[in-house]
Parts: sequence; structure tokens; C-alpha cells
Amino acid sequence: MLETVNYTATEELTDLFYQNIEMYREGCPDFMNNPRGKAIGIFKRRGIPSRKNEDYKYTDLRPVFQNDFSVIPRYVEQNVDLHEVFNCDVPQLNTHLILLINGWYYGRNRKMGNFPEGVICSSLQHAANEHPELVEKYYNQLAGQSEDPMSNLNTALAKDGLFFYVPDNVTIEAPVQVINLMNAKDHTFAIQRNLFVAGKNSEVKIVFCDHTLNQQYYILNNLSECFVNDDARFGFFSVQNQHNGAVNNTHFYAKLGNHAKLDTNVITLNGGIVRNNLQVKLAGEHAHANVNGLILADEKQHVDNATSIDHMMPNCTSSQLYKNILDDQSSGAFSGKIHVFRDAQKTEAFQQNNNVLLTETAEMNTKPQLIIDADDVRCSHGATVGRIDEDALFYLRARGIGEKEARLMIMFAFAEEVLSQIGVPVLRERMEELVDRRLRGELGPCQNCSLSHKK
Amino acid sequence: MLSIKNLHAVVEGKEILKGINLEIKPGEIHAIMGPNGSGKSTLANVLAGHEKYEVTEGEITFMGENLLDQAAEDRARNGLFLSFQYPIEIPGVSMVNFLKTAVNEHRKHKGLDPLTASQFLKLMEEKKKVVEISSQLTNRSVNEGFSGGEKKRNEIFQMAMLEPRLSILDETDSGLDIDALRVVANGVNALKRDDNATIVVTHYQRLLDYIIPDHVHVMYNGKIVKSAGKELAYELEEKGYDWIKKELGE
Repeated sequence: MLETVNYTATEELTDLFYQNIEMYREGCPDFMNNPRGKAIGIFKRRGIPSRKNEDYKYTDLRPVFQNDFSVIPRYVEQNVDLHEVFNCDVPQLNTHLILLINGWYYGRNRKMGNFPEGVICSSLQHAANEHPELVEKYYNQLAGQSEDPMSNLNTALAKDGLFFYVPDNVTIEAPVQVINLMNAKDHTFAIQRNLFVAGKNSEVKIVFCDHTLNQQYYILNNLSECFVNDDARFGFFSVQNQHNGAVNNTHFYAKLGNHAKLDTNVITLNGGIVRNNLQVKLAGEHAHANVNGLILADEKQHVDNATSIDHMMPNCTSSQLYKNILDDQSSGAFSGKIHVFRDAQKTEAFQQNNNVLLTETAEMNTKPQLIIDADDVRCSHGATVGRIDEDALFYLRARGIGEKEARLMIMFAFAEEVLSQIGVPVLRERMEELVDRRLRGELGPCQNCSLSHKK
Repeated sequence: MLSIKNLHAVVEGKEILKGINLEIKPGEIHAIMGPNGSGKSTLANVLAGHEKYEVTEGEITFMGENLLDQAAEDRARNGLFLSFQYPIEIPGVSMVNFLKTAVNEHRKHKGLDPLTASQFLKLMEEKKKVVEISSQLTNRSVNEGFSGGEKKRNEIFQMAMLEPRLSILDETDSGLDIDALRVVANGVNALKRDDNATIVVTHYQRLLDYIIPDHVHVMYNGKIVKSAGKELAYELEEKGYDWIKKELGE
């Protein structure tokens, strides 16, 4: 019933695909199946990224695939009701809640509240079959242009994920919360493929929460394509809280039309190895992208964020703020590219990456990159790597605030600059609380596991 | 209240304090004057517990207890307050959160319940009047974007909130215009009680026109070389520090 394939060598991923090609094609329309061949070809040619790959200079993914693990090319019914076993740490958003399990849209998702008419929220595979013309118009339009091997591996193996469509002129007020759960009996490599389409002048905010339900070794390759059409407003907030043995490799591609607005915010609270790729194409005039990230890492956690913002049209603005707080022997990386195309006059593009190392053994690598082919632009970037300001610490202590609390206040203040960018008050408050608990050491990577099994 | 005996301190391997002796009783105001580099600010920071400074010899008792054993926060909770020469900007830490945490730490130390949000805001409103500090400032992050004068005013505001037993004002007059100086001095005077004491560290006599000291000490080269009443301040103003140097035979 459950067909799993175990393998060790990274090259065997390609063989896995060819040996099981019928299983990958099964149930999917041609527009999902046709790109698989080209994608696996690129993956095979470029291979699992190592440090030799300039784009993955600080994150070697090869060792990740050296363990034995299973892949799940078919939907597997869970033997428990996930709504019953899982408590998210971002609850009570008074929101729509959608569960995905090991990359698959959960079959027993409870009926969603009241989305406005015309909104589609469903399994990607289901939508691809039910609304082929709608999904085909967008599917793989952005990822298909990428040479990234892991992104192409996703396209080759993609079977399901979330499809979310908001028709023109429709606003969804409450955030839509999507819980990506990992829960398997074996070490598992999961592929998740999502597609978001915000129609003209529509508005939606999606909250992704990535969690692991037990201590299995997980690799999640999670790819989202996001189309923000003219005058639409799209918010994407991602909370990553997986255990230290989990590998989370995300790809987020967005394309913005005229006057479209995108807000993204990734908050990494825990995870073994996290690599987030984010690419935004400002493809309409007066589009705006606000791209932020906050990373709290300790022990031997590794978090790498790679962003790329293409200013393709005039009068667009983009702003990036990424901050890392790194403790113990953790390591972080940030590489941020801004590309201003020749015709993209009046571009304003800003990028900031600030990092605090709490120990001598923590490590941060930061690499800003500006490619500017237009002449009438305002662009800036800056990066800092520092320690807790000892003078600030002394100032607080000299007022009677204990050292531990003083450190927390300074760290929280550092983080708050990113959190304050979250425009949804209820979400911002929950994030602030989570970050505060994380900084206090009250939110461990295993928290969700213990919470989830309420017996 | 405070007793300093033969205090020696080094910073980055260099001895800055070379045997300080000082006795301060409740209700007194002491001025410590001296040329730049004489060790005045070092003394203030050593008293507050800055870890950059290492005490190599001597002892300090504060409120009957060994001060040198105590961490900076414990010294503060026991009633020692340093008004910083250069107050630190701490972006992202709100004045309200900062002061509320500080006030409640002090209360906890005294075995009192923490103030509720409304009690705290009431206390803040009351103390804001002491130094005429505006809500525009107290609604910001700690010292962020404050002018030099506003920072100093904020120091005295914090002093009013925490009601210390011993306040050390490190060059509180530097960078203040005459109006701000008056406001700050009035604030300090308003907080004066019989059971607390003040050390005014200053380069100039100017501030001492407003905060009248009981004792004036002159520091030079890491030692207190002269102590007298308030008249010493005027004499220094008139004759300059060279006069002291000459007296010392330099």
C-alpha cells in the first residue's frame, strides 16, 4: 500500500524518479507532468548543491541526503485526526486553519469557515484536475525559469501541496493559517508544491507554520509560486519551528503586477538545517515588495536565507530586512541580490542585514549583491555582524535590571525591528510572544512534539 | 553611607585610580572636580560596577556592605545610581518597558509587589514633572534620538523614578545650555532628602552654582589631592587646575 524507496547516494534521487515515473505522473495533468523531465535533467546536471555551488556556498546539502529515508509519492491516510493531536504555537488567530501532512493536503481538513465566493482553497493536485485552465496558467511559470537544482527537484517530484486562489476584487480579512506538519514512522523526504494566485485588487495573508510532530529525520523541500496580480496585496508569513534533526529547504517565487504589494516575513525559531530561497520579480510598475526575516538559532542549527529581487519595471520599490541572532555553535548565512533592469528607472531598493553573535563559536556569513543596469535609481545595502552592545547592557544593569533580563531586552529589541514590520496586529503580537519565549529558552525545538501528543 | 579606602583600579592594564579615600554621610552633597584624565569618571564607573574597570586594591563599603562583591544590578537595587556622562541609546527598548522593569526590580528587592500598569503610569506622570520631561520623550526608545540635553534630563528622570540613596552625577552638566542646566539642577535639588546623598562629578564650577556642595574634592592623577568646603570650587574656577598642579610641585 505505502510504497517507499530507500536509498543512500544522492545520485539515486534521479534513478528514483525514473524508476517511479509512472507513480509521479499518476493523477496529475500534463502541465504538471510535462516539466518533470527537463527539471530532473537540470537537477541531475547540477546535482545536490555543495559549497562548490556559489549559490549554496554556506550550505552543503549533500550530507543531508546521505541518510536513509523514504519518499511518499502517494497520499497516505493518517491513522489519527491531526486536528486532534496538533496544537500550533500560533493558535487563536481566529483564522482559517489548513493542515498539510508531509507535503500533502490533509484529506480530513475540517470545513473552512466562510471564504468569500470564488475563493479556492484546496489540494494542488485536486485543483489541477478540477480547474485545469486556472492552474495551468500559473503552474511552474516562475520555478520553471530557475536553474536551482533543489527547485528543479521539486518540480520533478511534485505531486501535491496547497492551492489558494483569490478572485479579483476579493479581500480575505483574517489571515489564512497553513500548518505544514511532518509526521512519519520513518526518516522521510517530503516534497510540497504550492501555488498562490491573488486576482486583481484582491487581498490575502497566508501564514505558514512548519512543524515536526516527532523526532524522525525529515527533509522538506517546499516550493511556493505566488502571483500577485495588478493592485493586489499579498502577505506571506512563515514560522519555522522544526526539530534539530530536520532539514527545511524552501523556495518562494513571487511575481508582482502593476501596483501590487507583497509582504513576506520568515521567522525561523528552530530547525536543524534551514535554507530559504526567495525570489521576487517586480514585473509591473509601482509594485512594492517588503521582504523580511528573523532568525533565532542555537546549538548547531544552521539557517541560510538567499533572496533575489528583480526590479524589471520602473517606479518599483523593495525593502529587505533580515536579522540573525546566533547562539552556541549555530551558523547563519544571508545572501541578498538586487537586480535593477535597464528600464527600471526610479527604482528604490533597500537591503539591510544585521546580525548578533552571542558566542565566539557562532558564525555568520553575509553577502549583499547589487546589479544595477538603470541610472536613475536609489539603492542601498548594508550588513553588520556584532555582539550584544556591552555598554547598553551595563546601562540596563546600572538601573537594577539583572544581566539575564537585560540581555533579553536587548535581543528582543533587536528582533522587534523585524517583527514591527508585520502589519497584522494579532499576528505580530503572537510572533512577539513566540520570539520572547524562544529567546528565554522556553520554546524548545521539541515543544511541538510534546504538545502534539495529548494523551 | 559610602566609605572608600585606598581604592586602586586599572583599565586595560593602566592604573587610573591610585589610592582614593572618601567618606560620604547621608544628607551630604560632595563635588569631585579635577582636570580631564584625572580619574573622575573612572571612579564613578567603578562605583557603579562597570566590569571594564578592575579594582586591584582597596575597599568600598556602601550601606554597610561590601560594594565590590556586588554585581552592577545589585548595587543599583541597593540604592546606588549613576547618571551617565554619555547615556546609551538602546533602540527598540521602550522607555516605559525599561523603567517599569527597573522599578519593579527595585520593588522586588525591597520585598514589595510589582506596580500595576496604571500605578506605574501614575508614578511616571508624577516624576516627569520633576525634570519637565515630555511624553514625547518617554514614549520613545531609551535615549534614541534624544539631544544631549534631553539625555541628561532623562538621567535625572530615571533618578526620580528609582529614588536612590546615593546618586553619582557624572559630568551631568556637560553639553547643557543654561536653561537645561537649571532644570536638571532643580530636579536634583527637589530629590534631595536627609537620608540620601549625592556625588557631583564635574569639570566646571558652573553646576555648583545650582547644586551647592557640602564638600569639594579635587582629583588629580588618580588621587584626591585636596578637600575643602564649597569655597574650593570658586577658588578653582578663579585659579584653574594649574594652581593645584603647582601646589603639588609639578
